[in-house]
Amino acid sequence: MTRSGRLAGAGAVVRRRLLVAVPVLAATSIGMFALGAASPVDPAKQYAGAAAFTATEENLAQIRANWGVDDPLPVQYLRWIGNLVQGDLGWSTSRHEPVASVLAARAGWTLLLIGVSLALVLAASLLLGALAAYRRGGLFDRALRTAAYAVQSMPVFWLGLAAIAVFALALGWLPAGGLTDVTATSTSWGDVAHHLILPVGVLAVSQAPWFVLFVRDAVAESMRDDHVLAARARGLPGRTVLFGHALRTALLPFLTLVGTHLPELVGGAVLVETVFSLPGLGAVTVAAAMGSDFPLLAAITLVTTAVVLAANLATDLAYAAADPRVRLDG
Amino acid sequence: MTRMRPTFRRLVASTAAAGMLVLAGCSAPTNPDGSSDGTTLVVATSDEPDALNPVLNYGVDGAALIFDGLVSRDGDNRLVPGLAATLPTVSADGRTVTAKLRDGVLFHDGTALTAQDVVFTYQAVLDPKVDSTLRSDLDMVESVTAPDQATVVFRLRHPYAPFLQRLTLGIVPSKLLSGQDVNTAGFNRKPVGTGPYAVESWTPGDRLVLTANERYFAGRPANNRVVVAFVADDNVRAQRMRAGEFDAAELPPKLAAAFDEDTTYRVQRVPTADYRGVMLPAGNPVLADPAVRRALSLAVDRSAMVSGILGGAGEPAFGPIPPTSEFVDPSVVGAPTADATAAAALLDAAGWKPGPGGVRARDGRPARFTLMYPAGDTLRKDLALAVTADAKKIGIEVTPAGLTWDAIDPRMKSDALLMGYGTPYDPDFVSYKLFGSTFAGQGYFNPGSYRSEVVDRALQNGRDQIDPALRKAAYAQFQQQLAADVPWLFLTYLRHTYVLKSSVRGVTPRVEAHEHGVANSIWWNIDTWTRS
Repeated sequence: MTRSGRLAGAGAVVRRRLLVAVPVLAATSIGMFALGAASPVDPAKQYAGAAAFTATEENLAQIRANWGVDDPLPVQYLRWIGNLVQGDLGWSTSRHEPVASVLAARAGWTLLLIGVSLALVLAASLLLGALAAYRRGGLFDRALRTAAYAVQSMPVFWLGLAAIAVFALALGWLPAGGLTDVTATSTSWGDVAHHLILPVGVLAVSQAPWFVLFVRDAVAESMRDDHVLAARARGLPGRTVLFGHALRTALLPFLTLVGTHLPELVGGAVLVETVFSLPGLGAVTVAAAMGSDFPLLAAITLVTTAVVLAANLATDLAYAAADPRVRLDG
Repeated sequence: MTRMRPTFRRLVASTAAAGMLVLAGCSAPTNPDGSSDGTTLVVATSDEPDALNPVLNYGVDGAALIFDGLVSRDGDNRLVPGLAATLPTVSADGRTVTAKLRDGVLFHDGTALTAQDVVFTYQAVLDPKVDSTLRSDLDMVESVTAPDQATVVFRLRHPYAPFLQRLTLGIVPSKLLSGQDVNTAGFNRKPVGTGPYAVESWTPGDRLVLTANERYFAGRPANNRVVVAFVADDNVRAQRMRAGEFDAAELPPKLAAAFDEDTTYRVQRVPTADYRGVMLPAGNPVLADPAVRRALSLAVDRSAMVSGILGGAGEPAFGPIPPTSEFVDPSVVGAPTADATAAAALLDAAGWKPGPGGVRARDGRPARFTLMYPAGDTLRKDLALAVTADAKKIGIEVTPAGLTWDAIDPRMKSDALLMGYGTPYDPDFVSYKLFGSTFAGQGYFNPGSYRSEVVDRALQNGRDQIDPALRKAAYAQFQQQLAADVPWLFLTYLRHTYVLKSSVRGVTPRVEAHEHGVANSIWWNIDTWTRS
């Protein structure tokens, strides 16, 4: 069977998933606004900050009227949907700028952080997990498992501050935070990459244990499978057996689990962005939630939901590519 | 079966390559202090504005770096001419204020400042369509007009003695904003002002880069660039300060204290007009008794709060006018330490007798009340717990309750609340609404419904009288009456703590208001700072 044959039904699957995505996104955004109805926070007071204590009620009421946040929720929702289909994501009351420009300025950095970290975690956990499983109970296996359990028990926030203390303060190798050098005159990729090493490293290390342990257990399990034992009996080299036979069988459930683990990675990214003062979506999401900034929250929720749906789709397609028994057009 | 193997081999190879890249990154020489040329200064704050437009509340008290007001303030917070050639004049009836503009002031884009820009700025603030909370502070303005290119005339609804203090508001160019929706204008992201610095770039959530205005009317800044880094988390800001990235950063007192021992840094504890106190509502049956309120004021150990909770960065507070103000009345200052004996004697005399469980009671009513504080504010929580402990010693049971503002708002009429306020500029600014009986029960204005004819008259006199001596007398009376009635339990004035590199020269702290961030912080005069 050829690879193209395996992915034959991909187009239909993508179309079907897109159809499902519309009601899911609609339900998510309605839920967002319904939650907003339950929140007692006044966005105008949040916007005013300390001035809320010196501003007259009339003044705050005018601001609320300008934003239309006193309108009934269905009215606000329909207005939001109406603007959305015209490509207008609305006005962020907490950042006082269009939601689209908040997202445009920040989503890229968050996606970059998550994307690079995920790639690093996947590569490292497949390699390290498989190596540990190859000599189960050996020195490397025991050391890796101990390290994994130790890291698992460290809060991301603490891990980040510790990494800053070691690599930025004690050794002086890497910058302690920010997206670029604080005095840089432009945003160069080299500078950004240099500043992202610590945050990406911390996010990857904090998320890795779960993946490493999973791969290690799954590979160890499949090392006892008949086809792996048969391959060994045929005298194939250890490397071929490990990566070609054992890891491949273990990979299948792993792919599905990557998709489900994605939200945890997003949560870790919010904390990492805070520790390393990165201008990603993390801080604005918190501010939007505190300030009842529904247009921004709804947009962030929509984007996150879309990313998770896309990730699940990609996982399923990858599953089909990796496992000849799975057929998309079935 | 064999098809997968090259994939994994490639995977291993690319992982190794990525690892090499990481190592290369580590070994590359890094220079976190790229500012060593002495012409760029980097300051860090947690407080990022959401728009760089004075009309939308950016830096309204002056020192806005990018903008100038008609007037500005010197190191002693005295008014000095800004864009006005001399301090604006007030007519005899106190209702007409005339400002003559300085000649030859240019905006960053090269256009000349005219009276029309001033008129536009103030009219924008007063426009109900504009999301400005400053409108509440300028509600006395009836009209603002420009009889000629260099004259601005404000007409007030009523005489308002501290009006000139409101003229620190930065002036925006009308050409770039008129005909636009001020709320959504691109100007708010990339503003143009007359100030010592022009905006080079602003990356929200990261930093604001300012460059020296070569044509600044008060002289070109002594440095070339200023970078304001926005770092919301206190611990992270402290670590990046330690890493040498910043020339100055605001830090909480306890984090700043860690820099005291290091001679490469200098810690500045700047006095403020920002007080914390407990609002004691008249609607609470226990707190309605003046004896209970006075006893509480005697029982709290203010000096212990300053040394313990504030790490020494503060002063005991006895009234809403800060000790650094020319309007302060020294006679209201009490003992900074607790006097539980005197407090107990007051309660005994008022009929509050010790009861079961050590809680006093009168006519079957136990001496207990709830003290609310905003849940996220650790300073107010610590102060609330200290008040609780001090009150217990004199037989008053306080139940501290950390709540959100939405939960606090409906309960302010009957439950005590740990509040904070304060401005160094004029005693009228906050106190008029906070203690005036006409504002009783109106949201955060006088939430405890304090009513005193003496205070009402004194506050009104302070606002109406132009003569500074008469104003001073009025506010002395105001403070004495508050000290007698104790509608608030004043606890402490805060100090804002900053860590600076020792090499920075020209730093002259001045008394600060509650609000400080990009504007109006210790770097209010950063255009004169240099590095040795």
